[in-house]
Amino acid sequence: MTQSNRLSGGLINRNEPMRFRFDGKSYEGFAGDTLASALLANNVRLMGRSFKYHRPRGPLTAGSEEPNAIVELRSGARQEPNTRATTAELFDGLTAKSQNRWPSLAFDALAINDRLSNFFAAGFYYKTFMWPASFWEKVYEPIIRKAAGLGALSHEPDPDSYDKGFLHCDLLVIGAGPAGLMAALTAARANAQVILADEDFLPGGRLNSETFALGDQPASDWATATTAELVAMPNVRVMTRTTVLGAFDHGIYGALERVSDHLPTPPEGKPRQILWRIYSKQAILAAGATERPIAFEQNDRPGIMLASALRSYANRWAATPAQRIAIFTNNDDGHRTAADLHAKGVRITALIDTRPDAPTNYDYEVLAGATVSDTSGRLGLSFVKVAQADGSERILECGALGVSGGWNPNVHLASHQRGRPVWQEDIAAFVPGEMLPNGMHAAGAALGIFSTHGALASGVAVAKTALKAFGNTSRAKPPSLPDAEDAPINITPFWHVNGAKRAWLDQQNDVTAKDVKLAHQENFTSVEHLKRYTTLGMATDQGKTSNMGGLAIMAELAGKSIPQVGTTIFRPPYTPTAIGAFAGRSRDKDFRPVRKTPSHFWAEEQGAIFVEVGMWLRAQWFPKPGETHWRQSVDREVLQTRKSVGICDVTTLGKIDVQGANAAAFLNKIYCNPFLKVPVGKVRYGLMLREDGIAMDDGTAARLAEDHFVVTTTTANAVAVYRHMEFVRQCLFPDMDVQLISTTEAWAQFSVAGPNARKLLQKVVDPEHDISNEAFPYMACGEISVGGVRGRLFRISFSGELAFEIAVPTRYGDALIRRLVAAGEEFDAVVYGTEALGVMRIEKGHAAGNELNGTTTALNLGMGRMVNKKKDSIGSTLSEREGLNQEDALKLVGFKPVDANDPVPAGAHLMTKGTPVDAAHDQGYVTSACYSPNLGHHIALGYLKSGDARLGEVIRLVSPLTGVDHDVEVVSAHFIDPEGERLRV
Amino acid sequence: MSDISSEMKPLTALGRQEPRTDTHKDVTMREMSDIALASCAARLGQEDAAAKCLASFIGGDLPGPGKMTGDTFGSFWTGPDQWMVMAQHDTHEDLAAQLVVATKGTASITEQNDAWCCFELTGPRLTSVFELLCPVNLRACSGGEATRTSIDHLSCFLLVSSPDRVRVFGPRSSAGSLHHALLTAMRAAL
Repeated sequence: MTQSNRLSGGLINRNEPMRFRFDGKSYEGFAGDTLASALLANNVRLMGRSFKYHRPRGPLTAGSEEPNAIVELRSGARQEPNTRATTAELFDGLTAKSQNRWPSLAFDALAINDRLSNFFAAGFYYKTFMWPASFWEKVYEPIIRKAAGLGALSHEPDPDSYDKGFLHCDLLVIGAGPAGLMAALTAARANAQVILADEDFLPGGRLNSETFALGDQPASDWATATTAELVAMPNVRVMTRTTVLGAFDHGIYGALERVSDHLPTPPEGKPRQILWRIYSKQAILAAGATERPIAFEQNDRPGIMLASALRSYANRWAATPAQRIAIFTNNDDGHRTAADLHAKGVRITALIDTRPDAPTNYDYEVLAGATVSDTSGRLGLSFVKVAQADGSERILECGALGVSGGWNPNVHLASHQRGRPVWQEDIAAFVPGEMLPNGMHAAGAALGIFSTHGALASGVAVAKTALKAFGNTSRAKPPSLPDAEDAPINITPFWHVNGAKRAWLDQQNDVTAKDVKLAHQENFTSVEHLKRYTTLGMATDQGKTSNMGGLAIMAELAGKSIPQVGTTIFRPPYTPTAIGAFAGRSRDKDFRPVRKTPSHFWAEEQGAIFVEVGMWLRAQWFPKPGETHWRQSVDREVLQTRKSVGICDVTTLGKIDVQGANAAAFLNKIYCNPFLKVPVGKVRYGLMLREDGIAMDDGTAARLAEDHFVVTTTTANAVAVYRHMEFVRQCLFPDMDVQLISTTEAWAQFSVAGPNARKLLQKVVDPEHDISNEAFPYMACGEISVGGVRGRLFRISFSGELAFEIAVPTRYGDALIRRLVAAGEEFDAVVYGTEALGVMRIEKGHAAGNELNGTTTALNLGMGRMVNKKKDSIGSTLSEREGLNQEDALKLVGFKPVDANDPVPAGAHLMTKGTPVDAAHDQGYVTSACYSPNLGHHIALGYLKSGDARLGEVIRLVSPLTGVDHDVEVVSAHFIDPEGERLRV
Repeated sequence: MSDISSEMKPLTALGRQEPRTDTHKDVTMREMSDIALASCAARLGQEDAAAKCLASFIGGDLPGPGKMTGDTFGSFWTGPDQWMVMAQHDTHEDLAAQLVVATKGTASITEQNDAWCCFELTGPRLTSVFELLCPVNLRACSGGEATRTSIDHLSCFLLVSSPDRVRVFGPRSSAGSLHHALLTAMRAAL
């Protein structure tokens, strides 16, 4: 029968029916249902299997604290495991599957684990799978994970997107129950900027689950009206479906808004969820309280639920798990559930109250001083056995049992900065202590104030405190309190029924009272050790319904009080959160931003192959028709550049504008070689050391005026060098007049290299600028123009050829590359990419990132004499350390294979012939390698002990990992034009 | 293949001949290519003189921390004794050179015309868009604010002319990524 357990009333919309499927079977529910409430209304109690023993389980709760009713929601790529049926909002077409069962939920083969439970007690894994140690990762763990576990991933990319966002407020109110609504209203009327966040889709908290009135209206109507008032206020943002996950420093909170989880798919362009960072001046924790169960024999059968959950299902969702229900309580709140269910027409088989002086009731039987001693029913509760006060036993037939062991304030966020909750005797529960996150206040049930009147009053009072704390001086009258129930808390703590063999504490992690006893017996006396040994409270629900029971039993065993034993605390996130939400939009191709060079669009037209260099996309090579292998393109680019002329976009090299009266003195500190006397209009190569004497970066500095330099850095170190220079300026030499700013992006810069470089440039640079060798010699720099556009020209070379770098404002970069290519046609000019650039600098013996690897010094680089000793520069002194100046120090040299067909791979190590191949005899290593099309064989650069004295030596090159073992000859690092004649023509 | 005698034609930061405009619902985003920028940092010991020269150049008070003045011709604060001056590129491509003259050696001036890209968003619900992009509290802005922030890992300046007109300056080489981030946020928020 459809919805046979649907009751009257409720806050569901019966005019909006919704079809959904669970484990392949079709059901109907209504708008406003959760998956759990709709299943219960359809008389489905069994919703999952437990983690370890595969016990049949149904929902224990009606909220986010749920340990049992965990399902795989949706299907295909959107399938999401471990989703709580109790919070999954029903939508038309929703599909869900139970998890951790095979082949079906009703018949689960791995339920055999339950029969073997004696072998699976706490610590079982640690004791059993000890040896051989290597088996743990490869054998034991995979088997255990397969047998015990939660849901499965779809293994498909998540088709949804997630946003991250930032919000600011004076006051963040966490939870929209009576205390939260009242706090928000108080602050809002005082004109404060207020954010009210609640994880539920319906604000009101417990008010939506109760039958009493607030003032002259039903509690839920009051919640609706108050919410409507708040929503209409411009200074208030009411955020439903928003879970505040964590409390971080300086009043910052993380919150997850489930924007589209209640829809079949997110609307076009909309995210599925938004992870908000909320900056608050003050915050009020009004997160309510969670009812806690009592441990007794076989207390985990589907149908055994928290009494308050039964009340929520009946009052809010008009659903009941059964038509005959018993209640087991140690406090007055259990009686409220019985009364509400009775009023809804559900038969109360009996109310079992542990207290001998339990209140009586005329509508149903109350068994005072009684406890539940056992239950039965294979896939759902059928009977409970009651041990009565007089010692007799009685069997009650019922399809559900509501259990109430009292309420625990939701202190979680109060603990996120290590705040320890404190014990409050009259409610037998922990409440937030004094060490709250800065600016946080607790109110209402989260503070241990359980009556509705108390919560409302607390909301107003705490809001006033918060308003005062951030200096709100509004004289607005706080809202008046509606009349509300103000029942006292009558509770006699009762945690577990003695003598139970299998009484569950943590239903998600299958931890029983017996496991706690075993842990105690094995001397795990700290709560933290208890938690980790038994896994109590370590599941996705963080033990929201289980921790207290475990602590109480431990206290009892140790002969201590609960506050003496203490409690574990909580950490973010409050509820499980999709990793995708933390990634936000930073995924796939949007993982990080891309930097494009000024010639990017032109290079794309040419079919260039791009490579990521940091965030830059640089052209790696430019394939031409007929070229099928990258080497063909690169060899062509190299050969043609050396033969005629090549053009390369070098915009990515860092450019730092250095100005000020002390600009030259500043660079003299930054670089180890002298810079004071660089003439205006000249460029100088510079080597920069770290404070510890290790080489940091190299580049050039062009002096445009007495007080103006442009420093270039390597692409990779552009940011690091700028940061270093800014540190030196601000912290080491604040008395120097020097100002820095990056201009990397401002100028499009191209290298034009090769014997015909000047001829090509003479066609491009406006004729009034003389760039002949006499007027513009090697290492000259100056301002020029191209087609009337302002530009800069530098005569510097990385390739070893006659070369220039020409720069124009970036917006003209595209025009300039086209103009250079057009002008180069008569010279058969090529445009080359980073591969050819690399080949040519290795041929020339120029160091780059591979050589400036953070372990090498100027001495190693063969530039020891550049460290000028007539001045003090950064790193100069520490470069003199003994360890960096040993006689057999590594020196940068070149290598060529003895057999011309052999490669000389980077990373391979160098061994003197005839010595053992081991670390003790290591002579150095290869840093950069390539095939030189000019020489017709492979070449390499590398560091070799006393390398400069070993030119001509044949040495053994080995790389055991890649199977390399052959001879190479030590040669000069300068394979091409060692005298540098080409540069100066 | 272009002719070497033809005019040097500039491209916008997004690599187009003309600036791009995108409209989603009631918000419009325009690529602003007609902006000249120059950074001005006072020389040591000449802070007051530099500020005076700059104020005279822009024709009004210099903005304090977190503030901007002017609109197409104006400036915004970038650090202690540091400002960025902006003007129309069409008429002030040589803004840096003009400032060198105007500041008479009291400040270091660096051309920044093409170091940045700029997108201007106009519309009534910009707060909703920007709260998905950066931690700037636009709700608290009434106009005249300028602040540095991070948008999708990119270091940007946010200039709030008014709550319904905001300009974002970001690194020019990442114009495509920034444009994508802004457009994505518009579609998600509106």
